[in-house]
Amino acid sequence: MGWQGVKEEAKGVKIVTKNFGVPDSHKLATYRSRGGWDAFKKALALAPAAIVDEIKKSNLRGRGGAGFPTGLKWSFVPKEARTVYLVVNADESEPGTCKDRELLAYDPHLLIEGMAIASYAIRCQHAYIYIRGEMIREAKIIQAAIDEAYAAGLLGADHSVGGGGAFRVDITLHRGAGAYICGEETALLNSLEGRRGWPRLKPPFPAVKGLFQQATVVNNVETIMNVPAIIEKGGEWFNNLGIGKSGGTRIVCVSGHVAKPGVFELPIGISFKDLIFDVCGGIPNGRKFKGLIPGGTSMPPLDAGEIDVPIEFDALTSDTRIKDVEVRPGQPFDMGNGRRLKTMAGSGGIVVFDDSTDVVALCARIMRFYAHESCGQCTPCREGSGWLARVCTRLAAGDGHPGDVDLLGTVANGIAGNTICALGEAAAWPMMGFLTKFRADFEAKIRKVA
Amino acid sequence: MALEFSAQAKQRIERLLTQYPTKQAALLPVLHLAQDEFGYLPDEALHLVADTLQLPAAHVFGVITFYTMFHREKGGRNELMVCTNVSCMLRGGYDILHHIESRLGIKAGESTPDGCFHLVEEECLAACANAPMMICGDRYFLDLTPQKVDAALDDLRKRWQERTRQVPGGGEGPAKTVAGVGPERKF
Repeated sequence: MGWQGVKEEAKGVKIVTKNFGVPDSHKLATYRSRGGWDAFKKALALAPAAIVDEIKKSNLRGRGGAGFPTGLKWSFVPKEARTVYLVVNADESEPGTCKDRELLAYDPHLLIEGMAIASYAIRCQHAYIYIRGEMIREAKIIQAAIDEAYAAGLLGADHSVGGGGAFRVDITLHRGAGAYICGEETALLNSLEGRRGWPRLKPPFPAVKGLFQQATVVNNVETIMNVPAIIEKGGEWFNNLGIGKSGGTRIVCVSGHVAKPGVFELPIGISFKDLIFDVCGGIPNGRKFKGLIPGGTSMPPLDAGEIDVPIEFDALTSDTRIKDVEVRPGQPFDMGNGRRLKTMAGSGGIVVFDDSTDVVALCARIMRFYAHESCGQCTPCREGSGWLARVCTRLAAGDGHPGDVDLLGTVANGIAGNTICALGEAAAWPMMGFLTKFRADFEAKIRKVA
Repeated sequence: MALEFSAQAKQRIERLLTQYPTKQAALLPVLHLAQDEFGYLPDEALHLVADTLQLPAAHVFGVITFYTMFHREKGGRNELMVCTNVSCMLRGGYDILHHIESRLGIKAGESTPDGCFHLVEEECLAACANAPMMICGDRYFLDLTPQKVDAALDDLRKRWQERTRQVPGGGEGPAKTVAGVGPERKF
């Protein structure tokens, strides 16, 4: 493990996967025998504001995709708010991402304890878990775990608090019904309210007006599962495991053309190169590495020259070894105010592809996905994603028209920044990213005119 | 009212309503319940849910048609959800889908005539490290090969046949027969 740029003390540390492989890890008795619910007890002795401060100090960042600082998000809940909701986003559906499903299946009680602590910190009395509809097996596991926690008097019962008074929280599991867009936090809130999963305009942000128009914090499964360890061992310990402004470890899901695909909890400073060639055993079948998708399919891909970069949030948005995404050669994509786009760490879903891969077909599949999942609210996304899918598909079939490659860049540029939610970017960014990194592959698919 | 919830379902709905501050918020769980009871969500089920939660039928219709897991048509009992998104595609997901299509003699989106299988080309099902894969109900079939698919289909069909035999009159299908649809309630 001569991993470059990784701190010694971070190697081998397991926080959210510490109970993986333990028999009956999904049972409360197993969880408690391994120190479960001790952190909750410790948390109740502290003031809620002290917990928020500890989370801030830990530099825990949202593991759902955006990497927003969790402590900061919690601190946005207005002090005068009378009803506060915590909603855990377990609607994992970003292609290439398979961490939350495993976390839910193997350690549901870590999530429940993390939610109890988070609820105490933000003064929430009723928390919801929004789980993806297709995860029927995991929903059963989580419901059984919630029932166990109720039976043990951990949920739905008063706990005395250090500063006097009592704290109690209820947790309800809510199943989605098959809509990628519900992973977007405001669409998720609408879905939880019994509506179509249509994203809402922000502001107002959920912290001010969220679920049922009340103050709401929406956090990813992995994010919440880090909370008990931070309370137990301190924010500073957690922060020291990471690099820069990102604390802790990171779960990555590696799939595609690697010898050993899997879900791994790793130091956040590890590079893609060490991840692929050391942890995952390299590229099989004697093929060569061609590129990878760094954090779910909505993130621009990286090519062979860009994989020395660590998988950390800020490195992926700013490291100079990564090329700027372009609309067309020589015209960098402008994210607004002249900000350039490289890529993002996203959801941790890393998809590796070798040199036998038809990247145009791969990109077309991604575009068909976003066209299918566009909720239809905003015209640029609804129409634009369809155009990207159709033009990409005809290119992949070797039937591209002259000008198609530029057309793709133009359409993508017209979507990004012009929609209510980030699904527009989720289609436009990888489109422009694939064009920037693999333009020759696209040009080769233009139909030859005799 | 052509349809009614079973006593057990009514009890579950009562409990569900205590878990949300509005009745509308219980819509998705109640629709899941209704689909479990009736097999799919025809107009009668839609109106039953709307009346139960005191919601406009048009709202319930909008919600049902927005989400892919709610079915307006009667389909095969075993829903095979085969992922063909990138991680699975790179490891032969389309070969698996085409293998199933030729084995069952149906295309994605169709059901077998005996009502045993309904085949769906699914988006990413969050088991990318075990691609290619498919889900049927709460069962995962991972690291698929054509041989593994054959074994899975045989097993699912066998279980289905066993269950079907236990139902008087055969045919598992929806739990209740849904009567003809009145014109005033047709969307």
